[in-house]
Amino acid sequence: MRKTHLRTTHLSLILGLLLLAVTGCSSGADSSPTEKIDAGPVALRRLTAEQFSRSIRDVLGDHITVPSRIDPDDRRDGLLAVGATFASVTPSGFEKYEAAANVVTEQALDTKHRADLVQCQPASATTSDEECATAFIGRVGRRLFRRSLTGEELDARVAIASAAAKALGDFYGGLEIALASLLVSPDFLFRIEEAEPDRRDPSIMRLTSVAMASRLSYLLWNTTPDDDLIAAGEHGDLVDDALLAEQVERLLSSPKLETGIRSIFSDLYDFKRFDDGLVRKDTALFPVYTQTLVEEAKEQTLRTIVAHLSADKDYRDLFTTTESFLTRRLGVAYRVPVPTPDGWEPYVFSDEARRAGLLSHISFNALYSHPGRSSATLRGKFVREVLLCQDIPTPPANVDFSIVEDITGELRTARERLEAHVTNDACAGCHTLTDPIGLALESFDAIGMLREEENGVPIDTSGDLDGTAYEDATGMGRALRDHPALGPCLVRSLYRYAAGRNEIGGELALLSSLSERFAESAYSVRELMRELVLSDGFRTTSGPRMAEEAGDES
Amino acid sequence: MGLPLLDCFLNSNGTALAQGAPLPVRFGAWMWGCGMNPDRWNPTTEGGGYELSVELQALDRELGTGAKLREQVSILSDFDVKLDGRPNFPHTAGLMGTLTGSLPVADYTVPAPTLDTIIAAEIGGLTRFRSLEMSCTGNPNQSYSFESQGVANAPEISPMAMYARVFGPEFADPNAGPFTPDPRLMIRQSVLSVVKDDRDRLLQRVGTHDKQRLEQYFTSVRQLEQQLDILLEGPPDLESCSKAPTPGQETLGTEVGESMSTNLLMADLLSFALACDQTRVFSMMFSDRISGLRQPGSSSQHHQLTHDEPLDPEIGYQPEATEFVFASMEAWADFVERLAATPEGDGTLLDNCLVLGHSDVSLAKVHGITGVPMMIAGSAGGALKPGVHVRGATSPTTRVGLTIQQAMGLNTESWGTRSMEATQPVSEIVA
Repeated sequence: MRKTHLRTTHLSLILGLLLLAVTGCSSGADSSPTEKIDAGPVALRRLTAEQFSRSIRDVLGDHITVPSRIDPDDRRDGLLAVGATFASVTPSGFEKYEAAANVVTEQALDTKHRADLVQCQPASATTSDEECATAFIGRVGRRLFRRSLTGEELDARVAIASAAAKALGDFYGGLEIALASLLVSPDFLFRIEEAEPDRRDPSIMRLTSVAMASRLSYLLWNTTPDDDLIAAGEHGDLVDDALLAEQVERLLSSPKLETGIRSIFSDLYDFKRFDDGLVRKDTALFPVYTQTLVEEAKEQTLRTIVAHLSADKDYRDLFTTTESFLTRRLGVAYRVPVPTPDGWEPYVFSDEARRAGLLSHISFNALYSHPGRSSATLRGKFVREVLLCQDIPTPPANVDFSIVEDITGELRTARERLEAHVTNDACAGCHTLTDPIGLALESFDAIGMLREEENGVPIDTSGDLDGTAYEDATGMGRALRDHPALGPCLVRSLYRYAAGRNEIGGELALLSSLSERFAESAYSVRELMRELVLSDGFRTTSGPRMAEEAGDES
Repeated sequence: MGLPLLDCFLNSNGTALAQGAPLPVRFGAWMWGCGMNPDRWNPTTEGGGYELSVELQALDRELGTGAKLREQVSILSDFDVKLDGRPNFPHTAGLMGTLTGSLPVADYTVPAPTLDTIIAAEIGGLTRFRSLEMSCTGNPNQSYSFESQGVANAPEISPMAMYARVFGPEFADPNAGPFTPDPRLMIRQSVLSVVKDDRDRLLQRVGTHDKQRLEQYFTSVRQLEQQLDILLEGPPDLESCSKAPTPGQETLGTEVGESMSTNLLMADLLSFALACDQTRVFSMMFSDRISGLRQPGSSSQHHQLTHDEPLDPEIGYQPEATEFVFASMEAWADFVERLAATPEGDGTLLDNCLVLGHSDVSLAKVHGITGVPMMIAGSAGGALKPGVHVRGATSPTTRVGLTIQQAMGLNTESWGTRSMEATQPVSEIVA
């Protein structure tokens, strides 16, 4: 584990250097993403809670309420997508999956929806009908397992459907049982990514065409592949360059891409904490705060991102844009009028509103704060680690923080308190990285509302981001927008998200070349996705992950 | 590896059911974050009848039976977590050292299984639930119950959800008339057997890392099969078993009043669950190791205060942070008191429990891991002597974990790694 951490720390530095080298020498070596690379290992990917829910609703019907009580997602190296390749299923977790499956099957096959879903009429509704059961289980099972069921898998499920139908005197009751067995199966709960030798060069292991269907679908749509994509997978199309490119075009131009983009940024920014009710604020200090407000704040940011990136606008402009979406409730917190009484309306912040860029949104400022106060350090750490891919070490174990507090004494603003860090050697190393960024955001309180002063002293939001000076949050957003690490960092994050793990040495050249192309495309995230999924980083592997790489010390 | 548990304690108290089956013995861990003030928490006298220190005043309660709560709780002070040169990852090293016997080599990692899962591996198979995890923090993602880094047992955060899980329609109520097995249980078993049929085929398709994960998955499937088997057997045959009443109003969150109320509701449900032998292993996270407890209207949380609040030179401690130590000890006393309120055999449920109360650090301000505070409530069915204060003289905290495993009937002779390896149980509390 520790080795991995150190290695990635160095990698991010090397990555930055490589990028500089590449951009500084554009006529140099051809670094097309199709060049040979040594891709890392694959591992089972447990469906995230979101994937579990989306896949079920896609296959069984939008009317279904999927229980959220399942084994919680595991977040590693900053991504649920990485944790998913380590997560297993605990006893209580399996108990919850089984309970969820029973709740889902009942809704899927209730009297109102069974005809649509089953698509065949049983000879009798009060006993078994193998033909209709076989057709139903085969069709639905293929979507849930993301491949056709084997004869054995199908037969076993038809058998329990028949036995249960007879025992219960209910054909659909039998189907519920068979469906439950699909939903609790490891073939549904885990995505199995299999590899095979590439026929063109057997020394290279490529993802199978069937595995590619799921990989593409969960990356770009964050749900189970549709029938077309599964068919293409089973037909071998997805290991053919031209046919793969065709499918990728289809996926990228589908409205479902918005879901994929949303999921990527939700994961990267740790927005699941909003859903889990973990962004709580003190209601006495922040009377405007409600769970609904912060959930709408999250939605505002995601809508902003999706609209911006779907229109193929420059990724970097997300950090300066004043275009967004608001509800009336959010309008109250932003102190701007929102005419639409219910629901969302597009909104452009004026300069006076001082809300330029994502980092001025309520969502980030509430998420990266404490329940009772803002945190310049948490906010700065987020920008450094998540947006710029720079590592911030953890605080030393034995440290006296008491100077940082004392709001009754001389130190009345966050800046004054944090400057105490910088005069202390043990603290300065990290806090000089995080605090100036966070202090620019001090004009936003712990729920992201504007303020001018703290404890009676005007807030000074000026600072410097790696050589670019600014006066306030808007200026900091501009400095961030132009920071050379911003683009390459998104490339790295997206690669980790797609691969379900951190990059390895053999993939660095690819990342560097993807970063270069990202810049050439005027930072189009859609182009980046296309380049990524067509690259060998996405299509090949060194093989299955070995047990010792799991990083535990036994 | 363990002895047949029940033989150890058979009739040690002269208590047994009419059928001759002994009462079950249960283990639980109860954790609060951010420690205490050692000079104010550690009792000044040793042995039985120790003097209650100022931060342990919560134990000065009279139980319903007339006994004193303090007589049911042993205090274990001056036991250390030993780093052997490894980093003192703040709030993680001390917690993992005490619960797993090993020190993490990276932050936020779990070096070995936690004590509750070690014990559940031995006795969890005897009951409907292998173990029950609870949390008063409102965070559904975190407990301190780990089989390994990737196998973390998620907690129940809502008393209502806990109630539904244990005492919902599946629960076979011994007071609800003649028992008829639900045919749906058998149908659910057939679902699991289909899933298990895929095991061999699947294991062949994956690498070694994934084999471990799939084996864990299939272990979990077997656990549910067993749960269904036990449900088919009918209601528990225990005199003190009755169905829990629906829990009262819940408010989840980390305001100290919210966490304390959740703690009480959970303790109530748990005491019914234990009396009905639904599980023999549990863990409770009262507060996060980075304690998020806070007072309404305050801009600071417990953890922040332990670092930020100046030491009051007049009194020698941090007054605001220390309020949370008092609150945590009150919550611990509430929890233990509730277990002691359920009669069982000739005594109470608590007599047949062993509850380890512990924190991640001693003095949180400096992330102290010497003298990590630990307490043991209950006598483990007569295996332990309660109400004793033992000073560990800087010996490793794992001696307590070793004592617990032995008291729970595990055949463990040593526990922990490197300087944390313990071979000597805490004999002063062994009956």
